[in-house]
Amino acid sequence: MLRLPRFGVQTPDTLEDAVAALAQPGARLVAGGTDILPNLKHRLDQPPVLVSLSRVASLREIREEDGNLVIGAGVTLTEIAEHDRVRALFPSVAYAAGVIASPLIRNMGTLGGNVNLDTRCRYVNQTHFWRTAIGGCLKSEGDVCHVVPKGRICVAAMSSDLVPVLGSLGSTLVNQGPDGPRELPLLDYYGADGTAHIKREPGEVTREVRIPLPSTPTRARYAKWTVRKSIDFPLVSVAINVQLASDSVDAEVTGVSVVVGVLGSKPRVVTRLDEVIGRKLSDATVAHTVATRVHAQCKPLENVPYEAPYRRQMIRVFAQRAIEEMVAEG
Amino acid sequence: MSGPSPASAPDAILLRTSINGDAVSVAVEPHHTLLEVLRYQLDLIGSKQGCDKGDCGACTVQIDGKPALACLTLAVHAEGRAVTTVEGLGDAHGGCHPLQDAFDRHDAAQCGFCTPGILMSADSLLRRNPRPVSRDEVREALAGNLCRCTGYTKILDAVVDASEVMHGHGSDDAKKEVAQ
Ligand SMILES: Cc1cc2nc3c(=O)[nH]c(=O)nc-3n(C[C@H](O)[C@H](O)[C@H](O)COP(=O)(O)OP(=O)(O)OC[C@H]3O[C@@H](n4cnc5c(N)ncnc54)[C@H](O)[C@@H]3O)c2cc1C
Ligand code: SF4
Repeated sequence: MLRLPRFGVQTPDTLEDAVAALAQPGARLVAGGTDILPNLKHRLDQPPVLVSLSRVASLREIREEDGNLVIGAGVTLTEIAEHDRVRALFPSVAYAAGVIASPLIRNMGTLGGNVNLDTRCRYVNQTHFWRTAIGGCLKSEGDVCHVVPKGRICVAAMSSDLVPVLGSLGSTLVNQGPDGPRELPLLDYYGADGTAHIKREPGEVTREVRIPLPSTPTRARYAKWTVRKSIDFPLVSVAINVQLASDSVDAEVTGVSVVVGVLGSKPRVVTRLDEVIGRKLSDATVAHTVATRVHAQCKPLENVPYEAPYRRQMIRVFAQRAIEEMVAEG
Repeated sequence: MSGPSPASAPDAILLRTSINGDAVSVAVEPHHTLLEVLRYQLDLIGSKQGCDKGDCGACTVQIDGKPALACLTLAVHAEGRAVTTVEGLGDAHGGCHPLQDAFDRHDAAQCGFCTPGILMSADSLLRRNPRPVSRDEVREALAGNLCRCTGYTKILDAVVDASEVMHGHGSDDAKKEVAQ
């Protein structure tokens, strides 16, 4: 039995009231609870009060606005995976939402919780008893890192399935704070320190994610590898978005974006992909070149289960396969 | 509900909800989960406390008809919602749900610990599909419910059979049972 620590709960009806309630010292937000409650059961924090978003109806919409698909922070992962417009416009988003955890957790977990998901590490997502038996670490009760023993910052893994995908599509995040809304590129929201990897200003609540509607034909894909086919967090996580000159895999590539998760505490944007621009997507060298760049730039750590060298090889394999599958699908 | 200071114990909250069709008002600790309230305050011990952190699915209940994990649901989140537990599953079927009969026929429960959660996920699937379901659909719907005894085969057989019985088909054994 894992008991929660004592805390109070407030259930405001509006976003404004949620922002106001969050001003209480130590207060934290809870949406679906599928990340924060296991962490509190493991005593990774002991907030005096949780501000619940469960009754804030305004966060639960999906709409098209100003050339964006806007998904509210309170929309559940099941709703994203099953939503007709999301599936039609952004199949990699619907797919990624649909392979998170299990159907039960997808019914509960929200987009807001997913983009604000805490980083994860095999040495920290454990019971308090387990952790203290090894003296804790920078992210819990200790002052060392067991993954990078001489490291000064925590490198726990950014383990959200949606963040790489939304990042590959150029999404922005809107946070509502005491001074009003703030919009920023989603990928700028994450930093390298796994104990505080989110650049959320005090009192801010994530309101929505905005995905720009594509202006050119695209092919997008998300590759996730886990040991079991359900329940598990990603061990390999690669999101690819390719822009094309026309709606055919034999058309020239005009842009490509690759974002990889589960390395350190922030998603990695793969660079130096310009060389594939101008080639046909169906040209086999495109998949090979992208996979080579991904392999060169992405170095998994021993922060999640499974050996890092194996995961590194698999990132290359999954990136290559993802593009080959785009081509095969036409 | 005012914000408590860390030193004082937060006040209990009056939870008004519906459980298996009954209106329930119960004072709950804000840090208690729905599972704790069901099992330790309301004596509804059908929903099981397994891993207690979302991995196993033994605590699955339905909230407004959708399967969810009671171990990761704050009790206060059930306010104004309709909760169904395994104890309420057979209510509309005169005591035993066709799924429960099918689990019995197929020996789909061995130690039985995962069974209540599996029944709640399976029932939700059958209610979403107005036709017999395929094995793949069952596999997907039960992907959050672990079973360590059966190897799942008998569970899949039972859910598919139950869905066929509910649509007028089903195994010979099932037909005999329904005829009796
Ligand atoms: C067994 C298991 C397996 C899992 N597998 C996966 C997986 O494969 N992939 C994956 O991505 N995730 C996985 N998760 C994690 C989690 O279920 C999802 O990421 C989910 O989307 C989290 O959403 P939530 O609403 O439940 O978050 P919560 O737990 O409610 O919140 C998570 C964090 O976000 C903050 N937060 C919530 N909403 C907001 C908001 N609107 N603004 C600002 N901050 C906010 C909370 O304060 C908290 O710090 C898994 C969880 C479990 C228990
Ligand atoms: S990366 Fe290091 S400091 Fe961070 S959680 Fe893991 S062991 Fe702790």
